Parts: sequence; C-alpha cells; structure tokens
Amino acid sequence: MNKTAIIIGGGVAGMETAIQLLRLGIEVYLIEKESRLGGHLNSWDHLFPNRRDSKEVSEYLQLGMNEGISLHLNAEIDTLWNDKKKFNIKLKDGTRLNSDALVIATGYEVFDARKKEEYGYGIYDNVITSVELEEFLRNNELKRLFEGKTSKRVGIIHCVGSRDEKVGNLYCSKLCCVTGVKQAIEIRERMPDIEVFCFYMDLRMFDRYFEEMYFEAQEKWGVQFIRGRLSEAAENQDHTLLIKLEDTLTGLPLKMNVGLLILLVGFVPSPETRRLASMLGLKEGDDRFLCPADEHTLTNSTKIPGVFLAGTVKGPEGIAGTITDARAAALQVAAYLTSRE
Amino acid sequence: MNFRVLGMKSFGYTITKDRQIDFDQNDRKVTGYINAIESSIRLCIGCGSCTGTCSAGHFTDFNIRRVITLVQRGETDQLKKEIRKCMLCGKCQLVCPRGVNLRNLILTIHNILETYGI
Repeated sequence: MNKTAIIIGGGVAGMETAIQLLRLGIEVYLIEKESRLGGHLNSWDHLFPNRRDSKEVSEYLQLGMNEGISLHLNAEIDTLWNDKKKFNIKLKDGTRLNSDALVIATGYEVFDARKKEEYGYGIYDNVITSVELEEFLRNNELKRLFEGKTSKRVGIIHCVGSRDEKVGNLYCSKLCCVTGVKQAIEIRERMPDIEVFCFYMDLRMFDRYFEEMYFEAQEKWGVQFIRGRLSEAAENQDHTLLIKLEDTLTGLPLKMNVGLLILLVGFVPSPETRRLASMLGLKEGDDRFLCPADEHTLTNSTKIPGVFLAGTVKGPEGIAGTITDARAAALQVAAYLTSRE
Repeated sequence: MNFRVLGMKSFGYTITKDRQIDFDQNDRKVTGYINAIESSIRLCIGCGSCTGTCSAGHFTDFNIRRVITLVQRGETDQLKKEIRKCMLCGKCQLVCPRGVNLRNLILTIHNILETYGI
C-alpha cells in the first residue's frame, strides 16, 4: 500500500517538500489557500544576495510540480483530526483527504506596520513597506513613486516590527537588513539622482555574500548608513516626511526631510500557522513560531508522531534556507513512514 | 614647578587631565544600586530612539541614551550634570523598543546620588 503525506501550504517550503517526497516514492497531497503556488516568492522582484530574478526560482520549483502531486488550490481547511491511524482533513469545499504524515508549511506573513503608529504607515501618503516597494520594482514603476515629489531622498527604516518588545516581537527577523541594502542598491541603480539613507541599529550581514553587498552599497552606489532607530515621522504640508531619530554615532538628535519612507517589515507567523498549531496542539515558542521536537537535532519533527514542520513556520528564513529545510523535512517524513512499515 | 626660578625655559607644556573612562577607579557601587532599583536599563540596546524624540535633547546637550551608558560605566561626575536637564516628559519611554523605564531611571539617579552625597 502506498504511503501518503499531506503538505499544508504551497509556498517555497511546501513545494520543495512535495517535490522531494514524490522523489522518495511517497504519494503527496499539496494544499494551498491561494489560486496559485509560490507564496511570498511571487511578491519579490529580485533576490539577495546576487539579485537574480525571483522568477527563476519559481520556475525551478514549478518544474518539479508534476501530475504525481495531487494539488488542491483555493483550498481552506475546515477540520483536521487524527484518528490514530490517519490524519484526516476536511476542506471547506467538502473534499476529504487522509494521510499517514502531515507537513505544516504555512509560513509567515509580514508585520503589520500600522502597529507602529509613530511611523505613519497607513496615515501618511509616502510611507510604504519593503514588500510594496518590491511591487513597484517588479512592475518597473519605481519612477512613479517620485512623480511630483519635492524631495529626492529616501529613508529605509530597519527593524520595523522586529527587535521591538512594544509590539511583542523581541526577535530579529534577520533578513530585513540585507533586503534593505538590496533595495537601496536597486533604487540607486535605477534612479541615480535619488539619495538613499538606511537607518539601522545593527547591520546583521550574517550570511555568505551579505557583507559584500553592504560593501558594494557603500562603495559603488553611495548608499548612506546612519546608526539610529527611527523615533517618529511627521507629514509636511507638501506630503514629504520629517523624520526624527538620534544619530547615535555623533550622539546628536537628527532631523531630516525625505520624500519616501520605506519600512523594512519583519516576519510574524501566518494566522494559518497559528490556527493549525492550535488545532493540532503543537507547541508555540514565545515568539509564536512553531517549535520542532529539538532545536538542534530534530529540527523538522514535532512532539506529535507524524506531524512535521518545514520552512518559516519555525521562524524567519530566506529562500535558500527554506529550500534546504524543506529537503530535510522530506527526509524526516520518509524515514518516519518507512519505520512504520 | 617654577621653571624661571630654576633658570629653565618654559615651553608652555601642561599636564592634561586623563579623559579615559577609568573602569577600575570609577565608583561602580552606584552602578550596582541603580541597576538593582531600575533593572530595565540593562535591556538597552543603544538604538537612540529615546534621544531622537527627547524634548530636552533638542535644545541642550542632554542625551538620555548616553545617561544609561554613564550609569553602567560608573561616570558619576558626568551623571550629576546630565540628569538636571531632563524634564520628565516621558516621550523617550513611549518610543523605547525594549520598554526601559527611563523616567524612573532619572528619578532613581537623583535619589541615589543624593542618598550617597555624590
């Protein structure tokens, strides 16, 4: 009899887990709430650190999506239960599925910047998020953001919704730093007359080629870095923004007018991740991301036999890390299913 | 030493006061007391959002982020001058991402320096 696995979430983690499980001879059901696969990957224009087109990664994942994978798009989970033999799922359209293993790959969503009211997102015209900027970049509409603007300056604000106890997110989202540097370069590259400033607390260039990007931003593109966390933003009559912070390296308060403010929004677990966790009784950490059975060794299994985690349900992660993690998850699922024979 | 009396030429050199933080000599008892009473200051990550929004800091050289560091280093002489500039408006506390109780820090420093006659 064929062994089966249901993967919930058709983003990067879910797709790669499905591809690998299929290769290992397991029958796969992939459930995605949207009308197409790819998740957040569909929102990015170019990827750090080499700024390759995100579509190339989408195409790679899409190549692996063949008829062996039973795909359920626009699918929302109504109920989910475990009858000791199988995991059972009833979708909202009435479809029933069951499997021997379950992979949670429902990922994250970006922090709701409106919660940092003093930054003016959703209140002032020229405050956007890093995700929205990607949309302008992807549609080649960057110039539109500066039409009729009196200020040729952009402020990129790091750590929005991350490293912030006040919004309940103590953790570092770890990928916003490099995203900010990438976007700063992209703005300078496409519109050289725009001045770009990054406002940061620490620049966490932890991964391979990240520091090199930071170097390039300084040397080749003249991006300016000011160490200080944004205190507040206020809108001027001409809809430019007056921002205030401490320039901590001179020890002086600093004010500056910018035409556009870009907020580097961090990761929070998606509502679906949290809903499934509560349906299954999975453990959440203090950061509300899901906990694997062991942080170092059992990184993809959970305390519940047959339930596995893949990708950003466990915390902030980039595309490369997510793909690697999905492969590890697939191996763990396969090992579990083989041991049950 | 009077160089003229000794018949020597004065080249105009003076001994300059050491401006290093002398970590071993500084009175860090005060640091301990303040940390014990307002322990949230240990959570400061030096981001400066407090100073960026500070009403007093816009017009004087008051820098509340620096006040925390002065406490931690035991720089009591500097502290005494600094804390008089705060107006206790509390804006710093509203923007602090780590929830440091900065108003109580100022009050605590006042009390400690007064209690120990510094």
